[in-house]
Amino acid sequence: MLALESVSKTFSGGVEALKGLSLHVSQGDFMSLLGPSGCGKSTVLRLIAGLAEPSSGRVDWRSDRESGRVAFVFQEPTLMPWTSVERNVWLPLRLGGRSFGAARHEIEQALGMVGLEPYAQLYPRELSGGMKMRVSIARALVTKPQVILMDEPFAALDEITRFKLNNDLLVIKERSACTILFVTHSVYESVFLSRRVAVMTPRPGRVFREIEMSAPYPRSDEFRSSNDYLSCCKEVSAALREAAGGAA
Amino acid sequence: MNGTARNNGPFDRSRLERAGRWALPAILLVASIWLWDRLVVWNEIPHYVVPRPGLVLSTLASDWEILVGALGVTLTTTILALAIAVAGGVGIAVLFAMSRLVKMSLFPYAVVLQVTPIVAIAPLIFIYVDSRLAGLLICAWIVAFFPILSNTTLGLNSVDNNLRDLFRIHGASRRQQLMLLMVPSALPYFLGGLRIAGGLALIGAIVAEYVAGTGGVGTGLASTILEAGYRLNIPRMFAALLLIAATGVLIFAALSLLSHLLLHKWHDSAVRPED
Repeated sequence: MLALESVSKTFSGGVEALKGLSLHVSQGDFMSLLGPSGCGKSTVLRLIAGLAEPSSGRVDWRSDRESGRVAFVFQEPTLMPWTSVERNVWLPLRLGGRSFGAARHEIEQALGMVGLEPYAQLYPRELSGGMKMRVSIARALVTKPQVILMDEPFAALDEITRFKLNNDLLVIKERSACTILFVTHSVYESVFLSRRVAVMTPRPGRVFREIEMSAPYPRSDEFRSSNDYLSCCKEVSAALREAAGGAA
Repeated sequence: MNGTARNNGPFDRSRLERAGRWALPAILLVASIWLWDRLVVWNEIPHYVVPRPGLVLSTLASDWEILVGALGVTLTTTILALAIAVAGGVGIAVLFAMSRLVKMSLFPYAVVLQVTPIVAIAPLIFIYVDSRLAGLLICAWIVAFFPILSNTTLGLNSVDNNLRDLFRIHGASRRQQLMLLMVPSALPYFLGGLRIAGGLALIGAIVAEYVAGTGGVGTGLASTILEAGYRLNIPRMFAALLLIAATGVLIFAALSLLSHLLLHKWHDSAVRPED
């Protein structure tokens, strides 16, 4: 469905972010990009979203990127503070020319999926960090995207909230049947969430190894304390160390 | 425990502070007026040098018709100039935000216009412009438009980069980016500029009136001061000055209220921490 072939990206300042990165994402996948800070994980998402162009290599879409089927969730909630939760969620549809009335059903559905229906009228500043991130996810879901690109969305949250959102994200993923490409620097998060983890090397980033997570979905809190989970974490951690050349 | 006692006690710090915000300036005002009055009396200063506060107030009442007419003229100039400054300042700021080329070409001239003292430009304006009102408006506009331009430009350029990316991902048109993202982002900055511009428009109008002189009918408060000065009618000068100061405060208060109404739901500058 989506393939990156030998993609390199060098920024105008001469910083080489990616070098010869290849990645294949199939329909319905939950893939994590795992790597140390500055390894170009976010750059991969920006290339896929069309926010940047690769210096060399190709980003291939089987389906049309322009059809509004990509959604992006940033590390920060990135909400418009001047308007209510429901109007924030409306934004992608509004930009596509849908009136609020016509989009109401989708907005309610998206807010329902993240459990924020009662808070539709509130302003972002009235919400907690976790709730803001839920709004951000609802906004991504509202267009029923084929692919959701998530750039360390839970990195700034406390652990309890992060676990809760991890659980909820898996439920949302099952219900919406979308493909998720998830950037994180947490081994535990990547193992818990994904079907596949792509471990990246330090800058200039490329995929060092892809690791399949055999544990079946749905995964719940019990999975976090299972041996399966721990052995996966060990394997991924080892790959991460190896990718960093043993330095980490 | 100490904290609880302090918060609920009669000497609640925040309540005291709130009361103090009004009471302290008020006490200072009353004390200064009293001191002014006493100084005039003790030193036997004649009213045509420094009038007693009571005389200023009674002049305000007796000359009310003249003063209020003049206030109307000054206020009209100020409000019109502010309106044109808003339209011009915001319009040019949007142009700047849309085109770097326009910004690079025009911004230096906006700065030159701002840093050249209005008192120095005004006489020329009144030579070239026939209409007195137009001359006054041009002067007040020159002074008032820059803070709006510079603040709005700053605001339009302060858009959250992630939000900008989000708009791009969802294929927003330039118009949508402007109206749904840049304008709301710039609003707090614009309102900050507007508050400064409100006061400056009044100053611009007054300075322009001074330069335009006392001739003609329907002249404003500055002309009233000039004219009263020629006649050594010092109480009327004080009364007019009082009106100008009050007008300035009112304009500031009105624009602060507007700012509060537009921002109190979402912007940190207008949200009280205890909300």
